[in-house]
Order: sequence, then C-alpha cells, then structure tokens
Amino acid sequence: MTRKKRRLYMLGLALLGLGTATALTLTAFEDNIVFFFSPTQLQTQDVGDRNFRLGGLVEEGSVKKLPDGVTTEFRVTDTVNTVAVTYRGQLPDLFREGQGVVTEGRMAGGVFQAREVLAKHDENYMPPEVADALKEAEHFKATTQPLKTETVKKE
Amino acid sequence: MIPELGHYALVLALFVALVQSGVPLVGAATGNAAWMGVARPAAIAQLLLVLVAYGALTWAHVVSDFSVSNVVANSHSLKPMLYKVSGVWGNHEGSMMLWVVMLTAFGAAVALFGRNLPPTLKARVIAVQGMIGVGFLLFILVTSNPFIRVIPAPLDGNDLNPLLQDPGLAFHPPFLYAGYVGFSMAFSFAVAALIEGRVDPAWARWVRPWTLAAWSTLTAGIALGSWWAYYELGWGGWWYWDPVENASFMPWLAGTALLHSAIVVEKRDALKTWTILLAILTFSLSLMGTFLVRSGILTSVHAFAVDPARGVFILVLLGIATGGSLLLYSLRAPTLKAGGLFAPISREGSLVLNNLLLSTATATVFIGTLYPLFLDVLNLGKVSVGPPFFNATFIPVAIPMIIAMVVGPFLAWKRADLTGALTRLWSAAVATTVCVAIAAYITNGGGPLLALVGVALAAWAFFGSLAEFAERIRLFRVPLKDSWNRAVNLPRSAWGMTIAHAFMGIAIAGMTGTSAWQSEVIEAMKPGQTATVAGYSISFDSIGVRQGPNFTADEGVFTVTKDGKHIATLTPERRSYPVTRMTTTEAAIHTTWLSDVYVALGDPTQNGTAWIVRLYHHPLVPWIWIGAMGMMAGGLVSLTDRRFRIGVPERRRTPKPAMQPAE
Repeated sequence: MTRKKRRLYMLGLALLGLGTATALTLTAFEDNIVFFFSPTQLQTQDVGDRNFRLGGLVEEGSVKKLPDGVTTEFRVTDTVNTVAVTYRGQLPDLFREGQGVVTEGRMAGGVFQAREVLAKHDENYMPPEVADALKEAEHFKATTQPLKTETVKKE
Repeated sequence: MIPELGHYALVLALFVALVQSGVPLVGAATGNAAWMGVARPAAIAQLLLVLVAYGALTWAHVVSDFSVSNVVANSHSLKPMLYKVSGVWGNHEGSMMLWVVMLTAFGAAVALFGRNLPPTLKARVIAVQGMIGVGFLLFILVTSNPFIRVIPAPLDGNDLNPLLQDPGLAFHPPFLYAGYVGFSMAFSFAVAALIEGRVDPAWARWVRPWTLAAWSTLTAGIALGSWWAYYELGWGGWWYWDPVENASFMPWLAGTALLHSAIVVEKRDALKTWTILLAILTFSLSLMGTFLVRSGILTSVHAFAVDPARGVFILVLLGIATGGSLLLYSLRAPTLKAGGLFAPISREGSLVLNNLLLSTATATVFIGTLYPLFLDVLNLGKVSVGPPFFNATFIPVAIPMIIAMVVGPFLAWKRADLTGALTRLWSAAVATTVCVAIAAYITNGGGPLLALVGVALAAWAFFGSLAEFAERIRLFRVPLKDSWNRAVNLPRSAWGMTIAHAFMGIAIAGMTGTSAWQSEVIEAMKPGQTATVAGYSISFDSIGVRQGPNFTADEGVFTVTKDGKHIATLTPERRSYPVTRMTTTEAAIHTTWLSDVYVALGDPTQNGTAWIVRLYHHPLVPWIWIGAMGMMAGGLVSLTDRRFRIGVPERRRTPKPAMQPAE
C-alpha cells in the first residue's frame, strides 16, 4: 500500500466520522435543545407542549404542599410576571422562598408542570440566567412604569 | 507572619518560573550546557517554593487563622480536621494553589528522574513546564491571592459549603487535578519535540508514562466525583452530562485517544504528527475545563464566586497556550518525517479507528457543552443541552468503539487478518450471547432494547478482553503450567490493557443496569409506615436528632426486609449546618455489590408528622465505580512496565553523541 493510498483511506474514514458526528449532532439538536424563558418572556412565547426551562425567584408566601405530601405548588416570578408551578418530588436542599430557581418541564393548562427543579449548590449564588431575567424585567418595569417608586431591591 | 511567608514564597516561585521558562530554552538553542543545566535546579526550587506557600495556606486553615480572608470565607473553628485540610482546595484560590503544586511536582519529577533524556529535550520540556507555571502563578497572584488579610479579624469563619464536607469530595479535586495537570507533561513534551523538530519511538516512550499516570488519576477523579453526586445529592443519579462533568470528561476522552496513538508512535513510528496534535489538544481541553469551571459562567458547586477578571485571565492563558502551540505545530509539523506504513486492517488501523471515534465523541461533547455558551454570548437566547442530546450523539459513537476495542488487540501490526481475529473471538461471542439471554430472561423483556445492547457491549468488552489474554498465554493449548509462566512473563503493559479493557466492560454493565432498570418511589411516610421498592420492603421505624460537630441532623431509622428476612438497617440523615444555613441530604445505601437499596430523607411534610422519603433500587450501580477503579488500576499496572521506568528509555540511534556538561 502506498503512502498516498493510505492517506486517502484515512481521510475517507475521518470524513465519514465527521459526517456521522455532524448528522447525529444536528438531529439531536433539533429535538433536544431546551430553551430558557423568564415569566415575562413566556407571555409572548408560544411554547406549545415543548419542554423548556423556566427561571426566576420563588415568590414569597407562594409555596404550598398539596395534601398528598409530595407535590409542591409555588409561583415563579421575575417581579413583573408570575407563573404557577407544580412539582412532584423532593425539592433540592436550597429551594427557598425569595431565592432564585430554575425548573424544567412543560405548560399544561396554564400551569407549569416541572419535571425537575434544579439544585443550586450555594446560597449566595444566583443562576446567571435568573440574574439576567431579573435585570431585564427590572429594565422593563423602569421603562413602562416610570412613576412608580422602586419596588425591586437591587443586588 | 506565616501567611506572608507563603505569599513571599509564591512571588519567588513566579520569578524562578520566569527564569526556568527562558534560560534553558536559550541554552538548548545555542548548545550552552550551563544554561540548559539551569532547568533542573529551577524546577526543583519552584516545587519547594510552591510547597512552602501551600504549606503556609494549609497551616492557616488548620489553626483557623481568621485574619486570612480565605480562611474566613471557607472555614469554621468547629469544622472537622479532615475538612480543614481538604477545605484548602475546596475553594477557588486554594484549588488553584493545588493546581500549581501538581504542576511544579510534575516539572520537578522530570528534572529529578529524567536522567536519560537527551539534555536539549529535557531542558526544553522543563522550560515549557515553566511557562505554564508562570501563567498560573501570575493568575493566582493577580486575581486569586489566597493570602489576603482581613483587619480586624472576625471571631469565626463562614464555614465550607456543607456539600463539600464529605470524604468523597475531599479527595476528588487532587485526583482530578493530577489528571488535568498530568496532561501538561504530554503537552510540554509535544511542544519541546516541535521545537526540536524530532519525534521518534523513544519520544513516545517518554511521553507515555506521564500520559498513563495522568489518565489513571483523571479516571479516579471523575469516578469519585460521580460517586459523590450519587450519594450526596440525594437523587441517586451518577452522571448528568452537566457542563462541569463534561469539562472533565473531554480531556479524559482526548487523553484516552492520546494514550492509544502514542502506542503507534512507539511501536511503529507512525501517526507522529497526529499524536503531537492530540497532546496539545488534550491539555488545551484540560485548560478549557478549568476555564469553564473556574470562570463562573456555569452554574455549579464549582463556581465559588463570579469574578469576570478571573474568567478573562484564564481565557487569555488558554488562548496563549493553545494558539501558540498550534501555531508552532502548523510551522513545524510538516517537517516531521512520516513513519511506517500499514494496511487499514491492522493493529495500527484499529488504533486509528479508536482515535477517530474518540475524537468524534469528544467533538460531540464539546459542541453540546459549548453551544449554549456561544448562543448566550451572541445574545441569541438562552438554551440548555441536556442528557437526551448527549445520549443521542455519544452512544452511537461509543458502540462501534467498544466493539472495535475487543477486536483491535487480536490484529497483527502492519497487516492483519480480520476473519482470523473474529474466529478467535468465538468464545467471547458465545459468552456475550449467554449474558444477553440471561439479562432478557431476568428482566422479562422489561426496559428499553438499548439496555440489552448495553449488556451485550459490556459482556463483549469483558469476555473479549479475557479471551485476548487467554490467547496470549495460550490457555488450554499448552499445559497450564506453561500458560502460568507465560502470564507471569507477559509485559506489565499487556496486563494493564487487559485489566483496563475488562473493567471498562464492568463499568458499562453498571451504567446500563442502573439506567435501564432502576426503580424509584417517592412517598410521604410517617414513622411506622412501610413502602416497597423492587421487592424490598422498607419500613420507617423512627426519627431522631443527632448532634454533629458543626451540624445537627434529623436521623431516620429504616429497616429493609425482603421476603420477611432482615436485610439491613439504614439511617439516612438530613443535616442542617447553622453557619451556612444549608441543609444536605446524607443518603443511606445498602449494597449487595449487585445492586443498591438507597434511602434519602427529605423535608418534613404534613405539619411535621411525615417526611418525604425517596427510595431507590439501583441494579448493578456499584459496578460503575468498581469498573472505573479497575480501569485506573489497569493504567497503574501498565505504568509499572519495565520499559516505562522513568529515565530507562534511551534513544537507540543517537545521531550525535550528546554534549556532556564539563564537570
């Protein structure tokens, strides 16, 4: 076998690998990318029954355990809009009212049914998505309600 | 006083590193033996200085010197001693200190033990290692100084994140870092070889032990992290395809490829430019992992604090290291002489296939991990890429990889007979079929079809590797005593390969078993109630309060029985740490080595009369970590091979007698 021929084989194999990887990646992307929305963004978004992530703050006084003992109801807010969420299962150790939260699931009848509530590992830490969403909502508020005094505590 | 001493030592180390990265390089270029000779004492001095600095920081943590801000932020006087010591690396600044300790230790190891390395290569390797040291020491001193004082000193500290106060996680970072940083050796050797313009089998023999050591410790580090996630996070999962996990998995994949391609360089003097490229990419991925984890752009337990300056600094370091070495590569690689020829069906061919598949796998993980970050940077929306994506892209690449992994070792170098190799694998094929049949029978067709594919791959990898070993020692074809002698005399690297490949099969079995056939029950239970999971009945006997050194815990007592027989008493805890105001879940696990019964105690509910309890049955899950430990052991056994003894390999054909320093 000549060197040239070997190189050709190798190149062919490498291209095949690359092609397969690209094809796999593209098909997988189409089905499996999960978008992140804040409650405000959700107002203008048609999500259908797609799986997505919802993030914001857990609204103060909104956390309720249902009678079955394992389902929790709460509301996620970005200080402008809120969305009701239900979750069956054990909440992460750092789930708390007034703290940032990211949940994954889908909308059903106006309620977000979370499949997963993502754990935060450090209580001083705010998920960047949530921080951005809050900042945006604050901006939104500032431009639409200029007369109202500040209700959002700045970080 | 002692923290200042540490700070001073660290600054000195930076200057030594500067000298180390310049002088030997000039010496090697001009053939000045005295200048090249600077490399050895410099590398050793740098290690000693960094050790002094690290020791000073450890001392501050051990005696709880709360005038040091790093100690205040991450320690508490009541914290157990183990976590005072491990807490040194349980925070950003300290973990970077650990990083440079490892880095300088590797550099000093070359200086001390690399006696038979040609002097120019040795000088250049140590110089490149010194450059990496300069980068990271600057990073620590400029953005992450652990020795900053607080005045006045607070009375007590803020305690370490309780999730990190765990033996599994105490040892996870040192192993992981030894792996990451170990790949810096392969990188330094690659860059030095590019500067020299020469790569030969002897070079590969010098690089391989470092790569093996790095790979083995990285395997252990990843396994420890996964084990920790399994029992500490209370969800019973062992791998989430989380970006932080991917950050350590990518260098592992690339390092695995490097490990195999270096064999081809060593045995056949081929694939040289590719191996150099892999060495550069593997360390670049390690650096990228550090960037992803330390910059705070990812949400995780590792993102201790968000400081944009740090992220930018590491990004610049990554740019210089990767960009610079790739530039050098593009200039120098074409001048490297190509080596031996081989047919596609050959041992070399199979190792090329291994490399192609591993690189493809690395690429898919890379895309999935970075795509959301790119979208975010370009302001195109926020997305996340989760396990379904990685399962859909990674598994199809992994399947042919495992199949080929078994066949490859049966092929001869240069040109081989595939049918011959396959016929010698009949016993493994039979064993695989039997395993799949047993699995199908036990589960009665439950679980996805992919699970049976997983079982088949696991069995194929395990029995195929054993079959290869049997072939080598000619088991049952010569008297057993002769086989025994052959086995004893086999090179350790052959033993290492068999062990690593076979345990890979065991790990796959574990992954398959728990992913496909786990059972989960979540219930609100009152003391006295009983729940059932996978045939085990688990009764909640009582709950009490236990006082720990720096926490209080609700401790549940659960009795596990099966068919009326007592199996185990489990005591899961829910700990609350008053200083950090955090609660952690300490799951209780009963393992039979074939499966785990897992109980995690959750929040109280229904006005405190009941507790949310998670019960799991995880079939085969311990095998994941047994498999990983076996793979690590395989790497270590291979490392003890005679020809890798550090300093042993010598170039066979030395073109010119090497210059000796006049002493």
